[in-house]
Amino acid sequence: MQILIILLQIAALLAIVLLHVAYTTYFERKIIGHMQVRMGPMLVGWHGLLQPIADGIKSFFKEDIIPEQADKPLFLAAPIICLVTMLASLAVLPFARGWVLADINIGLLFLFAMSSLASYGIILAGWASNSKYTFLGGMRSMAQVISYEIPMGLSLVGVMMLSGSLNLTEIVTAQGTSIFSIYLFPQIIGFFVFFIAMLAETNRVPFDLPEAETELVSGYLTEYSGMRYAMFFMAEYIGMMVMASIGTVCFLGGWNGPFEIPFFPPFWFILKVYGFLFLFIWIRATLPRYRYDQLMELGWKLLIPLALLNIFLTGLFKVFT
Amino acid sequence: MLNQLAFLYCASVIIGTALLAVRFKNPVYSVLSVLVLFFHMAGLYLLLNAEFLAAIQIIVYAGAVLVLYLFVLFLVSLREEVKIERFIKSHRLATAVSIGLGLSLLMIIPSFKLGAKGEYPVERITELTHTKAMGFELYSTYLLPFEVAGLILLIAVIGGLVLARKEEEIK
Repeated sequence: MQILIILLQIAALLAIVLLHVAYTTYFERKIIGHMQVRMGPMLVGWHGLLQPIADGIKSFFKEDIIPEQADKPLFLAAPIICLVTMLASLAVLPFARGWVLADINIGLLFLFAMSSLASYGIILAGWASNSKYTFLGGMRSMAQVISYEIPMGLSLVGVMMLSGSLNLTEIVTAQGTSIFSIYLFPQIIGFFVFFIAMLAETNRVPFDLPEAETELVSGYLTEYSGMRYAMFFMAEYIGMMVMASIGTVCFLGGWNGPFEIPFFPPFWFILKVYGFLFLFIWIRATLPRYRYDQLMELGWKLLIPLALLNIFLTGLFKVFT
Repeated sequence: MLNQLAFLYCASVIIGTALLAVRFKNPVYSVLSVLVLFFHMAGLYLLLNAEFLAAIQIIVYAGAVLVLYLFVLFLVSLREEVKIERFIKSHRLATAVSIGLGLSLLMIIPSFKLGAKGEYPVERITELTHTKAMGFELYSTYLLPFEVAGLILLIAVIGGLVLARKEEEIK
């Protein structure tokens, strides 16, 4: 019985998240469209509202092309690895008090572990497709993920130190319910580092070098088609949501808001995640891409020292108060 | 019962993937079977209530070290079914050596003894959470070994920096 309830919860969460993925792509196209003074999708449904559904059905029925020279088992497995690790990280996110599938003690570390595993999907896709573009995209992604995982982890150490826990629910509880007690203010350096590392980890503009379409066709995605392409796509968007949720939980006080919403406790959490997603899209519409050496320099020479400084300052703060 | 089954599963997968890692002719596949091995190592840690170690095992070994291995592999040989010759030509010699090694390992097993019970039984760890228990121990009882390990790592980092610098100057 217990297992059945959990399975139902998992199914509900998956359905909601996948629906969100579909409509994030819709809003991305709409918002970027309006920012560039055009309409975005308009034809399918009212103001193109059914566009993501149509896209989903289309990619589902498209032919799944496997290149002749590809390493077949790995080529087929890569998108699944990507999607599964991203979906697995949803399990530990606390959407509201008690609204979490697995309330484990090492929630934050689990998220790191899953996000670092997702890079395997990209690397293997790049290698197994056996094409120059995908290979270059995979290599870039590898270097990028390794480099930015360090500042990402270090930037959250401050949060761990202040809350004294790795459990996401406890991190939210430790921040209190007032808007002035959220960790954004004492951890402003940490948040800055986290935000940039978050963009890089999710391969978003301005760090979208692994799939830089102007130079690498589509990076590691080039040889993929149909549903497998869509799986990478979903993984990327779920990754964005997971990162936005980490930001919300660790810096913005999770589900706590100015006042309680009856019947729907995750309201503020979802609102904050939407805020992050809007920022992702806004940045994509605004910024050009970094050059590869600039990317590395930013990660190793600026973000990591800043994150270490943040840990040092947080330590001092802890000692003297 | 369930724990024992889980242990048996993890242990057998570990042995199987370890063998596969040696047997695969394509090094990329070897690295991937080691990846599966690391997962099941993490599973073993979880069975021992060492959740922090399990997470670190995945983050550091699976997420960073193995990715670096892949990186090196890709740099060394760009695709094209990478195949490596056997280390030793003589099959008989190899068999003899490995059987001898296996036998000596088997002979060690009887002298294996369970250590004395420490001050951290399972109940206390679940109450403290493993992360905290490990932190306390690491920074109090085992402070000196911890610092020594840190120093060794620092030396390695500096060594790496020096090596990288030298190559640049030669160019």
